[in-house]
Amino acid sequence: MSRNIYVKHRPAVIGAGLTLFRRRMLETPKELAWIAAKQALDEAGLTLKDIDCVVIGSAPDTFDGVHMKGEYLADGGAGGVGKPTMRVFVGGATGVMVPIAAWWHVASGHCKTVLAVAEEKMSDADIPHPQAVFRYIWDPVTEVPLQPNLIWIFAMEMHRYMYKCGVKKEDIALVSVKNKRNALDHPAAQVAANITVDDVLKSEVLVWPVQLLDISPVSDGAAAFVVASEDVARRQTDTPVWIDGVGWALDTTSWTNRDLAFPPEYANVAAQMAYRMAGITNPRKEIDVAEVYDPFDYKELHHMEGLGLAKKCEAPKLTKEGVTQRMVTYQ
Amino acid sequence: MSRRVAIIGGVGWYGFRPVVEEASFREMMFEAATRAYEDAGGLNPRTDVDAFASCQEDFWEGIAIADEFAPEPIGGTLKPVFTTPGDGLQCVANAYMMIKTGQFDIVAVESHAKPSDIINMHDVMLFAMDPITIRAINTPNYHALAALEAQAYMTRYNVPREALAYVVVKNKRNALYNDKASYGANLTIDEVLNSPYAVSPLTKLDIAPFVDAAVVVVLASEDVARRYTDTPPVWVDGIHWITEDPSLEFHNWEFPVHAMRAAEAAYKMAGIQDPIKELHFAEVDARYSFKELQFIEALKLAPIGEAHKLLLEGAFDRDGLFPVNPSGGALGEGVPLEVHGLARLVNAVLQLRGGEAGRMQLSKAEKAVVHSWRGVPTTTSVVAVLSR
Repeated sequence: MSRNIYVKHRPAVIGAGLTLFRRRMLETPKELAWIAAKQALDEAGLTLKDIDCVVIGSAPDTFDGVHMKGEYLADGGAGGVGKPTMRVFVGGATGVMVPIAAWWHVASGHCKTVLAVAEEKMSDADIPHPQAVFRYIWDPVTEVPLQPNLIWIFAMEMHRYMYKCGVKKEDIALVSVKNKRNALDHPAAQVAANITVDDVLKSEVLVWPVQLLDISPVSDGAAAFVVASEDVARRQTDTPVWIDGVGWALDTTSWTNRDLAFPPEYANVAAQMAYRMAGITNPRKEIDVAEVYDPFDYKELHHMEGLGLAKKCEAPKLTKEGVTQRMVTYQ
Repeated sequence: MSRRVAIIGGVGWYGFRPVVEEASFREMMFEAATRAYEDAGGLNPRTDVDAFASCQEDFWEGIAIADEFAPEPIGGTLKPVFTTPGDGLQCVANAYMMIKTGQFDIVAVESHAKPSDIINMHDVMLFAMDPITIRAINTPNYHALAALEAQAYMTRYNVPREALAYVVVKNKRNALYNDKASYGANLTIDEVLNSPYAVSPLTKLDIAPFVDAAVVVVLASEDVARRYTDTPPVWVDGIHWITEDPSLEFHNWEFPVHAMRAAEAAYKMAGIQDPIKELHFAEVDARYSFKELQFIEALKLAPIGEAHKLLLEGAFDRDGLFPVNPSGGALGEGVPLEVHGLARLVNAVLQLRGGEAGRMQLSKAEKAVVHSWRGVPTTTSVVAVLSR
């Protein structure tokens, strides 16, 4: 792969929007997408007419219960009417694949302005519970007959991580406590709360060691932003946010063959790609703030290690020391 | 950094049969990928390919989060792999843009389809319709949506049913020259006209059947392409895609505006002013016979509403003025769901390489336009201009 860290059309984010995250939003998926899209456009000072291309992200079609969900969301929902519209999909990571796809739409010079929208309405898949969708994510021949549940994988992974790194549930619960408290200051957050480690440890056990407060809830919501090339970005705003590097990777489908404990290789490969593109050599020093995927609390620790923000097994320690707290400056 | 983008030799396909019994969808992907990498000069996907794009839809696969099944068969594990739930040509468009950024040299594009595994196609199609406004109508046959479009188009532009039948006859006859095609036949216009309606005005012969297939295509930047392949690469001169308005209530029933807008942009990129003069043939979507006429017009190969006249004069025959679907198109080859666009592309690439298309080789094939549509109820088209 080329190591050229300069792209001709440097992409920047110039506007963003977010809906409330709630279970059972009354809006249709299209409406959710549009609420976020409109906010992003307003912030960018643009209208749909100014948008060259649209990128849509949404994960399993079964959540919203719509086949070809990209087509469904395109119309009006994400403002795709009559525009080049591209949907990307990489499971739970779809939300971050959307800016990546928007990045190459702009960096290639193909589009100058991209409206990027991600939407998911999990609560629509409500019979008996949206978790039911995860019955259909497995290998149809070797795994589906075992009727696995999604939380199983994570429980095994969490267990393995705890064993290999000698981490206690108490240490992991700190992530849940921290993130739910951070969310108190976020107007769109669904499960903000002031809880203690004890609350987490006493919550309902789902699949040991995963308990109710270790896990993120069923949620509906949409997020959107406008990505523009440098010339448009400079014209529209004094504070563009540049996309310096992107990276992504998919690990094997045979999850049983993966090393479950150690720094998730997929996150590592993706991070190295993005760092190389951005010219980052020491992420711990050069990165000020990170938003990492934490569908389960231990996953934040796991992913921090994958991203090179902590050494192997070091993330629980950093968390305990308060390094990942919002108010503490990391040196 | 306006590097040209090429399809480096690498095209591989597997299947194109009504039922592929001997291989699972993953085995089909593996077969197609192996052939494509070999065709590209012996690429090693683990070291040579920078990223992989897969085009598939969850409901077609019967798997939620089907994208997770993409990496292994194509050699993409722990590499940048992503899925676009869309037509294979949309993945080509992504690969094109990725290479243009300068950050990727070689991108592999994959799509696969196994409609023979789908036992409830009609229900799946109902799920593609708006859950509030359209699904509730519970259309007994989803082809009815296409039939309504056909009716609107035929009424608006006085298109006789003979023209639709001519498309069927032409394409199924062209398919007899295509090694891949399963639905080649020697029919007469009367045979088509006299076969019973599936949904008026479309007979069963007007509607392309499904096939199982997998296709992998390798794209590369110009400098890299020259390193890997001796055979002259096929260039992607322009590519664009448009989603018009999938709300059936609002979309244009008479004419596929999406294809026209996509073609205009792709031609502009490729510097094509007069497509019928500057190009040599077209591979377009014809999953319904009338769609070929519409798309010929949308691609500016005939004035709007006039394609049927030129068609009946033989202009679009394989030995005509401007061959359209010399491979037989979807009517001759079948519709492999999202692979369809790549199927059109593969046929065009074989033609453009000169002498590789076997019996379907055209005498003059240096520049071509390739088009795909995602079928009802979508309004998404992709158009690519290719040259040798």
